[in-house]
Amino acid sequence: MRALFKTRRPAATPRPELLPEAALSAPISTIDSPPSSAIRCRGLTKQFGTGDASVLALRGTDLDVSTGSITLLVGPSGCGKTTLISIIAGLLNPTAGEVEVLGTDLGRLTPDALVEFRARNIGFIFQQFNLLPSLTAAENACLPLLVAGRPRAEALQKSRAMLAHVGLTDKYESLPSQLSGGQQQRVAIARALVHEPRLLICDEPTAALDAKAGQTVMELFRQVAVHPSRAVIIVTHDHRVLHYGQRIVHMSDGRVERVENVPPPTAQSLEHSPEVKS
Amino acid sequence: MNWLALKMLTGDQAKFLGLVFGVTFSTFLMSQQVSIFVGIVARSGSQILDVRDASIWVMDPRVRHFDEAPAIPPTELERVRGVPGVAWAVRFYKGQVLARLEAGLPRNIILQGLDDASLVGAPASMIAGSLSDLKRPYAVIIDKSGYEYLWPGQPIRLGREFEISDRRAVLVGVCQASAPFITLPVLFTRYSEVLRYAPPQRNTMNFILADVASGQDAAEVADRIREQTGLLALTQQGFFGNTIRYMLSSTGIPVNFGITIALGFIVGVAVAGQTFYLFTLENLKHFGALKAMGVNNGRLVRMILLQASAVGALGFGLGIGMTALFFDRTNKITHLAGLHLYWQAMAGVGGAVLLIVMLASLLSIRRVLVLEPAVVFRGS
Repeated sequence: MRALFKTRRPAATPRPELLPEAALSAPISTIDSPPSSAIRCRGLTKQFGTGDASVLALRGTDLDVSTGSITLLVGPSGCGKTTLISIIAGLLNPTAGEVEVLGTDLGRLTPDALVEFRARNIGFIFQQFNLLPSLTAAENACLPLLVAGRPRAEALQKSRAMLAHVGLTDKYESLPSQLSGGQQQRVAIARALVHEPRLLICDEPTAALDAKAGQTVMELFRQVAVHPSRAVIIVTHDHRVLHYGQRIVHMSDGRVERVENVPPPTAQSLEHSPEVKS
Repeated sequence: MNWLALKMLTGDQAKFLGLVFGVTFSTFLMSQQVSIFVGIVARSGSQILDVRDASIWVMDPRVRHFDEAPAIPPTELERVRGVPGVAWAVRFYKGQVLARLEAGLPRNIILQGLDDASLVGAPASMIAGSLSDLKRPYAVIIDKSGYEYLWPGQPIRLGREFEISDRRAVLVGVCQASAPFITLPVLFTRYSEVLRYAPPQRNTMNFILADVASGQDAAEVADRIREQTGLLALTQQGFFGNTIRYMLSSTGIPVNFGITIALGFIVGVAVAGQTFYLFTLENLKHFGALKAMGVNNGRLVRMILLQASAVGALGFGLGIGMTALFFDRTNKITHLAGLHLYWQAMAGVGGAVLLIVMLASLLSIRRVLVLEPAVVFRGS
C-alpha cells in the first residue's frame, strides 16, 4: 500500500515544512508561491439510505480548491457541506462522481491505503475539538505523529513546538478540562498541523467559541495554517468570519451555488470587520 | 498507541475502578465458591486419603460411598488374605455413634476402629499424646477440630474421661486429621474397643484394608479380590473417586454451588461487559477522531483488546488475592480449616475471566468497527 502512495503522490508538490517565525506572522498575500490544485471534485453525488427513506445529500457537486489559501464552505444546514468535506477527507465514499485530493484519485485507493493517505496528508479540526480528556495538551497535539509511528518523545517535542506557535507555551501539561474553549481549539489546531498536512479540513471551528475566541482562532488560521502548498477548507455557518477566506463556496441543496473570490484583507478592513457571532 | 489505550482507559478513574471492581468481584465469587465446593466435596472422601498405609479397600459390594458401608462377616478377612498378590489385610471400622461428655452433653461422633496389632489407618500426625497410648484400655484419640467441637475454648487436656455408647472412654491423644464431610469429631480407637462402642449387631467390621505384595499392581490385585471373594475391592483412589461421584450425582451440592458460580460469571459479564461497553460508547467520538486521523481498524481493535486485557488482568489479580486472603483467614477457624484455593480453580476462573473480557470487548469492537469516521463532523 505504501508503494501505491508513493507512485500516486505528485512529485511536484513537496510536503510543507513549518514556516520560520517571520513567515508565520507574515500576511497571506506576501507568501510568494504559485497555487496548485489541491482538490478536484466532479459530479459528486451522495445518497444516504434507500427507497423512500433515502436522502440525496449531494447532487452532482463540482468543486476546485487550490493550495495557499483559505476556502470557506458556507450554506444553510442540510445543504451538504459536511457530506462534501467527509468525502474530500476520505471518510465517506461518494455514490457517484470523482474526487481527487492532492493529485490522488481517492476512489482508486484501497481502504487501508485511504487510511494511510489521511494520516499523512490531512489535518482535521472539529467543532467540538474532540480532545481526549485524559491526555494533556501536548499529548493530544502529538497524536497524529504517534499515528504515523513516530517515537513518543519526538512526537511530544514537536507538539510542544506547535503549541508554542499557537500561543500555549504555558499549557503543555494542562488537561482539556483545565483549558477554555478557545484554548482547546488552539490545541486542536496544533494537533491538526503538527504532522504538517497538505490539506486542513475544519468543521465549524468557531461554532463552540465565544466571539473573541472565535476571532482569535480565525486569526490563528491565517497565521499558522495557510501555506503555499497547503489547502485549508473551513465549513462555517458564521457569516461574520467570512472575510478570513480567499474563496467562499456557497452551497445550497447539495450543489455548489456560486463561488466568490475575496480580495486579500487589509488592516483597515480587518479593523472594521463585523464581530463574530456571540 | 498502547500508551494511548491505557491513558484512555484510566482517564475516567470512577469508570475504570468500576470496571476493575466488576472483574474483581466476579473473580472472587467464582474462585472462592469453586474452591469451597471442591474442598467440601473432597471432604466426603478425605478420610479415605488419610489412610496412607493401605492401597486397597475391600467392602460390601453394595457400598456406594464411604459413609454407607454395611458390616461384612469376619471370615471375609481370611478370604482376602488368601488372594494372591495381597501382602497383608486388616480389619477396619467406620461408623457414627453417640458420645456423652462429662456434663452429660450428647454429641454424635465418627468412630474409626483400627487393627489392634498394626494400627493401620491411624492418624499420621499427633498434636498431643502418642499413638502407642492407643493400646491402653478405653483409649481414644480425637482430631483437633473434634476436640475444639466437644470442648470449645478449653486447652488440650489428655486423660479426659467420657462415654461412648454408655461405655467409658479415655482421651489419650489429639491428632491432625482431614475434616470429614459432616463436621463431626473423628475418634480413633482399637478395633477391640470398637466392639464395645459400636451398636451390637451380628457383624461389626465394615472395611478390610489391604496392601499388595512387592511388584504387584494394586488395581489388578483389587480385581482379583473382587473375582475371588465377590466383595467390592477398590484402590484408594478408586474408592475416593466413587465417593466423590456419589456426592456429585446424588446431592444438591453441585447445583447449589453451580448457581453461585454461574452468578459470579453473570455478574462479571454484566458489570464488566456493560461498563466496558458504555466506556467504549462514551469514547466513540474519540475513536472516530482517531479513525479520521488515520488509525486503522486493526489498531483500534488492538487498543480495545489491550484495555480489556488490562482490566481483566488487574481484576483477576485482585480477585484471586482476595480469595487467597479469605482462605488464609478462615484457615484459623476450626470448622473451615482445610479449605484452600486450588490452582485448578484459579486456572479455571482465569479462563472464565478471559471469556468475560472477550465478551465485553467483542461488543465494543463491533461498535468501533462499524463506526463511520465521518461521525466526527457531527456536532454534539
